[in-house]
Amino acid sequence: MIKYLLPVILFFVLCGFLFIGLYKDPSEVPSPLIGKPVPEFSLPKLLDNSSQFTHKDFLGKVSVLNVWATWCFACKQEHPALLELAKSNIAPIYGLNYKDDAAKAKLYLRDFGNPFEANAFDGAGRVAIDWGVYGAPETFIIDRKGIIRYKHIGPITSNDLENKILPFIQQLKNEA
Amino acid sequence: MIPEIGHFALIIALCLALVQTIVPIIGAQTNTSQWIAVAKPAARGQFLFIIISYICLTYSFIKNDFSVLYVANNANTALPLQYKISAVWGAHEGSLLLWVLMLSAWTFAVTIFSRSLPNNMVARVIGVMGFVSVGFLLFTLLTSNPFERIFPVPLEGRDLNPLLQDPGLVIHPPMLYMGYVGFSVAFAFAIAALLDGKLDSAWARWSRPWATFAWVFLTIGIALGSWWAYHELGWGGWWFWDPVENASFMPWLVGTALIHSLAVTEKRSSFKNWTVLLAILAFSLSLLGTFLVRSGVLVSVHAFATDPARGVYILLFLAIVIGGSLLLYALRAPKIKSIGQFDLVSRETALLLNNVLLLVAMFTILVGTLYPLFLDALNAGKISVGPPYFNAVFVPLMLPLVLIIGIGPFLRWKKAGLAETFKKLLKILVIGLVIGTALPFVVAGKTSILVVLGISLGAWSICAALYYLFRNVFRKEAKLSSFQRFKKIPSATYGMVVAHIGIGIFVFGVTFVGAFEQEKEVPMRIGEKVEMAGYEFGFNGVKNVQGPNYSSKQASLNVYKNDKLIATLLPEKRTYLVQESPMTEAGIDTGFLRDVYVALGEQIDNEAWGMRLYYKPFIQWIWLGAALMALGGLLAALDKRYRLKLKREKVAIVSANAKQAAAATS
Repeated sequence: MIKYLLPVILFFVLCGFLFIGLYKDPSEVPSPLIGKPVPEFSLPKLLDNSSQFTHKDFLGKVSVLNVWATWCFACKQEHPALLELAKSNIAPIYGLNYKDDAAKAKLYLRDFGNPFEANAFDGAGRVAIDWGVYGAPETFIIDRKGIIRYKHIGPITSNDLENKILPFIQQLKNEA
Repeated sequence: MIPEIGHFALIIALCLALVQTIVPIIGAQTNTSQWIAVAKPAARGQFLFIIISYICLTYSFIKNDFSVLYVANNANTALPLQYKISAVWGAHEGSLLLWVLMLSAWTFAVTIFSRSLPNNMVARVIGVMGFVSVGFLLFTLLTSNPFERIFPVPLEGRDLNPLLQDPGLVIHPPMLYMGYVGFSVAFAFAIAALLDGKLDSAWARWSRPWATFAWVFLTIGIALGSWWAYHELGWGGWWFWDPVENASFMPWLVGTALIHSLAVTEKRSSFKNWTVLLAILAFSLSLLGTFLVRSGVLVSVHAFATDPARGVYILLFLAIVIGGSLLLYALRAPKIKSIGQFDLVSRETALLLNNVLLLVAMFTILVGTLYPLFLDALNAGKISVGPPYFNAVFVPLMLPLVLIIGIGPFLRWKKAGLAETFKKLLKILVIGLVIGTALPFVVAGKTSILVVLGISLGAWSICAALYYLFRNVFRKEAKLSSFQRFKKIPSATYGMVVAHIGIGIFVFGVTFVGAFEQEKEVPMRIGEKVEMAGYEFGFNGVKNVQGPNYSSKQASLNVYKNDKLIATLLPEKRTYLVQESPMTEAGIDTGFLRDVYVALGEQIDNEAWGMRLYYKPFIQWIWLGAALMALGGLLAALDKRYRLKLKREKVAIVSANAKQAAAATS
């Protein structure tokens, strides 16, 4: 009898492993930039191209950097989440407008609402390379000392916002 | 409106699937002929409504209806029409719809080609397939509805994943799914037999063509996937031991074991429990493959959008279907007796060895594929298992298998003489060794022990299969003329011969490519010439090419052999506009004996580009071998003896059904 039960027993052991596996993310390879200071850069601001946005702007407060573009469909998807985050006033959101057309980007912010404190315009995408950006959208959370602490790849859902982003910002704010 | 019709049709299909599961199975258990009679119409109705649903989704794609989220995520107005149609199965939701479409198509085929089977049996088979369909339809509707709308409607779609915009990939997934899903028929037959408690050689004969057809589709599907990777990924490789490739390869290995084991069960009434277990396993591994691809538990180039809720659902479904089947097996199998006895030296033993080797191979792949998951689950760290592991464990298992392939057909059932078989095959063995020793020198001018071994085995497999055919045609003691014998050979025998030749050809290809391929990664200036493997590559320059939804840098290289121009290759680097992802299109000059392959790398400066050059001897033999295997399977599945015997049985079954009906009504 045991001989015949063996397949089903083995199978349920396998199921156990698969179940645990479901809650682990195999592709969650931490970004090498986590724990590092933000890369040095200086870019013109999108809405005011006479002034510059630089890495120094991240110092002294917990902030969020969102990499976005008008051609990026997923960015549109996460836009409401960003607006919600901005409304909560918990931390300033900066934008890195990535490989985009400045005129279109301005129009986009006018039409869909502007959650950003300021936007760095990275038309050539050179600065994004230093940030290790694979594609838009990506979101970084940066602590008071200007150190990157968290990276979110892909659109932020309201679920991500509630369960990951907001608690993490709060946690950073509570740090001395 | 159209997407809603599609959605609604899918819901109706689910209701029909429920009816198709419950009513016929209860009918079969209680012998109620009215309930049994529900099976076929329910299955056909379900098929119809899934077709409607599928057409609705296709229509939404063709009409660029971006209010449907799935369409918006996987299409674009600039996407060419053929890719709009294939985009239907380009991501998770639609590929599930394709899956259920195929499942219901197979069920439909069962309702058509099973007229001569006992009604009870058919009802159970259709019921089991209905149950599988319920699982997948519920999964689609609850977690992965392809008809979900979005608002506001985006003006433009995100485009189909550029990797999938290739003719090879248009047919690869449907073929693969036909194979995966096709094993559900053999599975349903096995479950039906376990429910019924009757497992005889008739059961094996009914299952055989179904299992073989599914195996043919799976073979084609896997071969196409490999062919696509070779053309599209730009590394010249044809198999990567990627988890998703493994997920399709494991059911193939078990399916191969199954179609051989079914032969023993049919002819000798042996291996019954074993065959049933294989039928369950083949389909279980197909389901497991679905789980692995869609749950995100493993890292793969084939990643579908992942979502733990989906993973939990499929896992639960797996637990019910596979766990339930294996439990049923544990309860019923001890009572099933195999009657055929056989000696140590017999065809049964050879087939048993074949089965054991295939299953061990499958387990090594399963372990290798899931090992990172096991470690991660035990919090022992994150690792990945690569090709070195798989090559090291898989190749040694395949060598004895190819040896047995040559011997098996010459062994008699039940009891064979070792000395007599050896005498028959000695000359084939010698021929194989001679070819294996000489050919590499002729082809490449050098050799190694592994190459001699590989080519000898390949040649052995081909020669043994041809010799088997030859002996059948020109047997001396025959009364019939050779031509009459030639005509009398059943198509199943041709199938076996062709498939085994295919294995040999495949082994040739793998051995030669593995041992003698050459590659060079070089920066090339325009006008420069580079020499490799006797070929000279001259770089003519790069120009911009505009595609419908991509822009491309296309390089042009002249390939010379002995100062004669033999080909101009045009490798490309495409950038798909919407998804911004770069794609390589290799430039390949395909030949029977070798491929010359060029992939365009990064631009270095205005004048120079990185270039990867490959010389791939015999690589086409890999796919030629796979094509022959598939053709062999097709010949075997189409053997007219399945139809002839069915006709003869029909009379008996019709009267049995009549008796049953009479008993039920009285």
